[in-house]
Amino acid sequence: MLVDIRVQEEGFSLDAELARLAGVGLDVGGIGLFMGLVRGDGGLAALVLEHYPGMTESMIARIVAQAGTRFGLLACTVIHRVGRLPVGAPIVLVLCAAAHRGAALEATEFVIDWLKTQAPFWKREEFPDGQGRWVAARESDEAAAARWGMDGPTES
Amino acid sequence: MVEILYFAWLRDRLGRSRETLVLPDDGVPSVRDIMDGLRRRGAAYEEVFAAGGGPIRCAINQEFAALDSPVHAGDELAFFPPMTGG
Repeated sequence: MLVDIRVQEEGFSLDAELARLAGVGLDVGGIGLFMGLVRGDGGLAALVLEHYPGMTESMIARIVAQAGTRFGLLACTVIHRVGRLPVGAPIVLVLCAAAHRGAALEATEFVIDWLKTQAPFWKREEFPDGQGRWVAARESDEAAAARWGMDGPTES
Repeated sequence: MVEILYFAWLRDRLGRSRETLVLPDDGVPSVRDIMDGLRRRGAAYEEVFAAGGGPIRCAINQEFAALDSPVHAGDELAFFPPMTGG
């Protein structure tokens, strides 16, 4: 499996990332895609994302490795942005390439579900008046990960 | 010595992102023992590490750890809130 994991401040080109996975091999039959954006509800101006360098990359690598085995992926790309991101900006991109659509789509959900609860990122909301607050973890995210019926790919 | 890292609101509340802790000569402390020691350092620590202060996760050497996990000299111990990425 071809794996590409990046944590970065800068944006990404969806076209370039898709083209790269489409070119992995003739056995790629489909690419599952999830792109998360900064949602502007509650008058939000921006999100500021921080992470735990080193641990973040190794946790995402474990999630991706688990997805690769479970769904027979041919390639997987995860790009997660950090720093200050205005409303509407892309935050995260998950691409999973497989022979068939079922595996590609399921793997994409698996990776983003586990990433939300197991990769050490934290979001802070910024409002136009300069006020800010840290986002609280949501139980629904834990539930989404738990439905995969395992402790978690990051348990050592 | 143990390197302690703080992230997100814990760092804001404590006003620092990292500090070094000298371990006692005898015995191997758990994460809970270290939290108990930190709590005695002042009001901000008391608030962050209070039993009812909200859920705190920890990692030792960048692996998720439990409150009863042992902490050894040279370890990197991180405290942070539940993750909110994605």
